[in-house]
Amino acid sequence: MAQSEYILEMNGISKEFPGVKALDDVTLKVRPGTVHALMGENGAGKSTLMKCLYGIYSPDAGEILLDGQKAQIQNSKDALNYGISMIHQELHPVPFRNVMENIWLGRFPTVGVGPIQFIDHKKMHKDTEDLFKQLDIDLEPETIVGKLSVSKVQSIEIAKAVSFQSKIIIMDEPTSSLTSVEVEHLFRIIRDLKQRGVSIIYISHKMEEILQICDEVTIMRDGQKIGSWPASELTTDLIISKMVGRDLTQRFPDRENVPGDVLLEVKGITSLLPKSFKDISFELRKGEILGVGGLVGAQRTELIEALFGLRGLSTGHIKIHGKEVKIKTPEDAIKHGMALLTEERRATGIIPVLPVHENASIANLSRYRKLLFFLDGRKKRKEADVMIEKLRTKTPTSNTLIMNLSGGNQQKVLLARWLLTEPEILLLDEPTRGIDVGAKFEIYTIIKDLAKQGKSIIMISSEMPELIGMSDRIMVMSEGRLTGILDGDAASEEEIMRLAAQH
Amino acid sequence: MLNTKKLGGSKSMQSFTSQYAIYIVLVLLVIGITIYNPSFLSIDSLRNILIQSSTRAIIALGVAFILITAGTDLSAGRIVGLTAVVSASMLQTATYANRFFPDLPQLQVIVPILLAILVGLICGLLNGLVVAKLNVPPFIATLGTMVVVYGINSMYFDMDPNNSQPIGGLRKDFTKIGSGSIGEGQYSIPYIVLIAIFVAFIVWVIFNKTKLGKNMYAIGGNVQAAKVSGINVAKYLIYIYMIAGALYGLAGVLEASRTGGATNNYGNMYELDAIAACVVGGVSTTGGIGTVPGVMVGVLIFTIINYGLTFIGISPYWQLIVKGLIIVAAVAFDMRKYAAKK
Repeated sequence: MAQSEYILEMNGISKEFPGVKALDDVTLKVRPGTVHALMGENGAGKSTLMKCLYGIYSPDAGEILLDGQKAQIQNSKDALNYGISMIHQELHPVPFRNVMENIWLGRFPTVGVGPIQFIDHKKMHKDTEDLFKQLDIDLEPETIVGKLSVSKVQSIEIAKAVSFQSKIIIMDEPTSSLTSVEVEHLFRIIRDLKQRGVSIIYISHKMEEILQICDEVTIMRDGQKIGSWPASELTTDLIISKMVGRDLTQRFPDRENVPGDVLLEVKGITSLLPKSFKDISFELRKGEILGVGGLVGAQRTELIEALFGLRGLSTGHIKIHGKEVKIKTPEDAIKHGMALLTEERRATGIIPVLPVHENASIANLSRYRKLLFFLDGRKKRKEADVMIEKLRTKTPTSNTLIMNLSGGNQQKVLLARWLLTEPEILLLDEPTRGIDVGAKFEIYTIIKDLAKQGKSIIMISSEMPELIGMSDRIMVMSEGRLTGILDGDAASEEEIMRLAAQH
Repeated sequence: MLNTKKLGGSKSMQSFTSQYAIYIVLVLLVIGITIYNPSFLSIDSLRNILIQSSTRAIIALGVAFILITAGTDLSAGRIVGLTAVVSASMLQTATYANRFFPDLPQLQVIVPILLAILVGLICGLLNGLVVAKLNVPPFIATLGTMVVVYGINSMYFDMDPNNSQPIGGLRKDFTKIGSGSIGEGQYSIPYIVLIAIFVAFIVWVIFNKTKLGKNMYAIGGNVQAAKVSGINVAKYLIYIYMIAGALYGLAGVLEASRTGGATNNYGNMYELDAIAACVVGGVSTTGGIGTVPGVMVGVLIFTIINYGLTFIGISPYWQLIVKGLIIVAAVAFDMRKYAAKK
């Protein structure tokens, strides 16, 4: 049999879930030794397709060819045996065990006689070192994994994939929690893997990255394949229009908000934690969007969580409407008209097992109190429903459990939660993280509308275009210190980067 | 949580069965026992089952509060024991020979009852403080309380002149609560059943109509999100443990009243039955999920197993095996339901 042009061919893959056609006759062809981007909005079917490849789902129709040979992949063990590995977006290492045990988990090398086998720690150590040398990973095999950063854990996962002699490695949003330096390192590893003939299927929302690292791009929409193109023929705008199915003339809504008087004054606040933010002062005006830029570790999240009473301050003053306020708990913050949309939507935002309307009303229960103990259930439900509707949240009913919604719609429910408290100051921490392009624009529109209505907004973002496109002013932090405040119109990516890397 | 989704044919059948699985188990159980011995279906059986379910239900409702906050309560049974002893010790007839407090005047019945409930509430407060303020995991905190409460109860029970004698000779006006009924003969309604129904109603109102209830579900569903949403988690946890403690207190009083006595071993292991009933009744062990009707059906299932299997002459050892299997099956089923959503 002739050598196939493709290492992987997925032909006519269909998969139906009750009520949804998740994949409809999808084809994906990957050449050996290339990086193939798989793109599409959330819910386009990328993950489902990859789960079919990795044996987590079995497709209703279609075939998978590996090197021209038909493959039967029933579960992820089969996938690994066929040389397919997957690096999930959310990594799940065994935190209390060390690096090498995590890599060789389930296939520890052993020494012994017959059925009496002991773990060969020496060989494991050596194999791990060899593997790391090969991949230029700087890690001690005996380090406890729980102490490592996300990027290090990710390199362990990559090393694990390589140790399986994988021919195809699926990477699902590998850069979503990496710093730019770490991204560079990841890209170096990816290029190295390419050289060895490994193919990588790369799922990401970040256009710039895709154009930088990928050879080919396949775009999906609504469970169907839109097409495949060499990355060199694509631009960011082209990709977006193909993903969304319409031309996006602009990525950000127009600036119509007019900043007014100073609403919030922050003077010289320093965190209780020694390595966190120090001596931060700034002002926020009514109807203003203040962007907060910086690299991972700039302590931006810590800053706004401290403003919201989730973390302690050692020094400094906060004034709202010219009056000094003490905010010790989120309760205090809410009373002073603040709201916080956290970065980790799953960990600190949604309450997965509760319906959408309960998720929306939970921060606002005091307003529906009647007769001492009771709640006005009808009013509560109605106001929640109205707000959910107003933000154009897509949900079967407001009684649906929030865990069944897409990321973008969950985010809208959380926005609804805070808008119901009628805040004056909204603290938004990476409000569009993990949200697809179409929904992003809607979130942007909502934020701009809020500013237009006179709400003041502090928005942390790690996406430069978003910072520049959305903010009236941009405050840049570096290693816990404020390094500059730029005018939104005049700011450039280079300038933000320079300030972000100052310390 | 009904009608969350409109779905097609087979799926809706499937979701129907998973939605109502416990009710189906209950009906099957009754049908099975009845086929074996048709005389099981009688007013007497029904009344006995309801009476036996009453205190269990009150304890299970208390435990449900805690389970929904993603906690657990191992101290429930021992708190029941303590409050049973406390109430019984003050409600003996004046003429009874071995009085716990020989010189105690005849109190109004309500006084020792309220005192016992207060004792339960204080035990709950202790649990709540340790969990919420010292951040001790509920499993450990309530394990500690369980042991401490038993110690205190045994010490009290061993005081002179009682010296660990079973407390008996309880006053008629007290035992009437646990064993009396409205009306007479076959169609009478026991007070204790009415009390349990009333408590269930109150708890239902708390779960569904109050801020505390909503916050309880939020804390159990995602404690971090609850904090960010401005909920004072520590305060509400303490309230919730206190309410649960008060319910155990009431259950202890009813146990003493129903059985006409008390010893320091009353309530031993009741917490396990209560947790089992909650879990079978659909209360999630990971928090955030649980309903009052579910808990009530869970309690009924266990009482019917006890009563029904005894009724048709099956050995108590077999009953234990059946109970254990049902608990594991219920949770496995629940997990499967959850896994299918992923």
